[in-house]
Amino acid sequence: MTLQSTPTQTSSRSSVPLVMEARGLVKRYGQVTAINGADFELRPGEILAVIGDNGAGKSSMIKALSGAVVPDEGQIFLDGQLVSFRSPIDARRQGIETVYQDLAVAPAMTIAENLFLGREILKSGPIAKLLRIVDKKKMHEEAVRHMQGLQFAIKSMSQPVETLSGGQRQGVAVARSAAFARHVVIMDEPTAALGVREGNMVLDLIRKVRDGGLPVILISHNMPHVFEIADRIHVHRMGQRAALLNPKKISMADTVSVMTGALKPEQLSADVLAH
Amino acid sequence: MTQPATAPPAAKRPALPSLSTLGPLIALLLACIFFATQSDRFLTATTLSLVLKQISFVAVIAIGQTLVILTSGIDLSCGVIMALGSVVMTKFAVELGMPPILAILCGLIITTAIGALNGVLITRLRLPPFIATLGMYGIVFAATQIYSNAQTVTNLPPALNFLGQTFNILGTPFTFGAVLMLLLFGLAWFFLTQTAPGRHVYAVGNNPEAVRLSGIPTTRLLISVYAVAGLLYGIAALILVGRVGAGDPNAGQTENLESITAVVLGGTSLFGGRGNVLGTFLGALIVGVFRVGLTLSGVNSVYQILITGVLIILAVATDQFSRRKA
Repeated sequence: MTLQSTPTQTSSRSSVPLVMEARGLVKRYGQVTAINGADFELRPGEILAVIGDNGAGKSSMIKALSGAVVPDEGQIFLDGQLVSFRSPIDARRQGIETVYQDLAVAPAMTIAENLFLGREILKSGPIAKLLRIVDKKKMHEEAVRHMQGLQFAIKSMSQPVETLSGGQRQGVAVARSAAFARHVVIMDEPTAALGVREGNMVLDLIRKVRDGGLPVILISHNMPHVFEIADRIHVHRMGQRAALLNPKKISMADTVSVMTGALKPEQLSADVLAH
Repeated sequence: MTQPATAPPAAKRPALPSLSTLGPLIALLLACIFFATQSDRFLTATTLSLVLKQISFVAVIAIGQTLVILTSGIDLSCGVIMALGSVVMTKFAVELGMPPILAILCGLIITTAIGALNGVLITRLRLPPFIATLGMYGIVFAATQIYSNAQTVTNLPPALNFLGQTFNILGTPFTFGAVLMLLLFGLAWFFLTQTAPGRHVYAVGNNPEAVRLSGIPTTRLLISVYAVAGLLYGIAALILVGRVGAGDPNAGQTENLESITAVVLGGTSLFGGRGNVLGTFLGALIVGVFRVGLTLSGVNSVYQILITGVLIILAVATDQFSRRKA
């Protein structure tokens, strides 16, 4: 399994194999160091929240993990295998799906079409494959089946996405990522654009994705949301991982203090740290 | 967007898109009924044949324009690309003595290449489509004038005119060009509604970022769309050559706005991502019916321009209204 990987203390301490791991990621933009030797680890079947103040470099790190940014240094492992992503499409091929905050759906197209955008089910037969004729019926059936699996109540898969509320639209994006991810789902502020009820609806959906066996990386500024669903919290600060916290033990106020640097991770008692 | 999560989604909205497809159909029917009362020569197969013949090359341009507008682009260079195509095809055949089929092929390759160049300017240099194709309009128009010395190319071999030839259905002559136009509309409809790349054309007009993130190569898609539009302008050139029996460097100067008129009348949104090519056919028919109908009724053709203007505003107002509801 390990090629030139350095089995580190953190990963050897827990016996669980990691789904995703990053070691010493560095990314510089001229004078600015956005990622400064960041480590990252994601366990199977967990929701890992990634939090950090604006400018802490968490989105740069997430972009490195999702292929949107190519790091200058460091290694990324997926199921123990060293990987290097040159683009988000590379990462997607490796089974990493990303949900973006700005509702990345095509509003005038149907739910089924949005679910299968770029991965349309084609009709069988050489001519249909050559002309790339889509099998709308099959896409529709698959969409119904998949949405039912997530208990996502929508009347018809053939209605345009623009007829949905913001939360339902984000639900479509989440469902889409869950349908195609094989390893990891990354959610970048999935509830930021939503109201309270809608946000809760999407949180439910994220739980169902995890319960279906896919680990989720959740980037969020919303502390109540983070504390509601995260299994562990990765606090990012000054381009690095400052601490891994256990949301069941630590208070929200202390977490924010770690995030802003008011509280040093060394000052924390051992039981609030996540292992 | 701001409606509560519990709102039943399916109820109301789907009635509205059909308004944009029904609208042009109703306008067309009303126009036909009106002209039927004005002239007893209107409701005849001859009129139908005349309308189809008259709209054929603008309608084929409008197919290309529809593809471009669906991606939320616009093509102002379509008409002059057609004119260049007609000059190339005829000059290559008449002056270089090329076999007509080869001359036609050269014309089509050139118009396709210019279309692709539009796409490259828009995707690689990130020029707004309006600016890129406005610049291309000037370049291609001037190039056509220079290449042809502003002279019409005549004495064509018959093979270049074949789309202007007619055949009879129940005693009424129809041109092959009109048939080709209908065929192209069918093909475009099939491509846009039934194939994955066709659906991507809509998607990229809806939300280009979502399309890029879903792994579809948007740059290649957009360049292909402009290239196919260029190919369609080349085919329109061939229909034009068949109709006027010459290569005309001065053609095509108003076809950009005429094709946009047909697209918009047909209910396709200028913002991209919604509409359909059959609507464009109806839009082109509406313009053609008014032109022929007013002529038959002996009315000054200026009224056709006036009515077209009113219809454009109505069509876009409908589009805006249905978008605000969404």
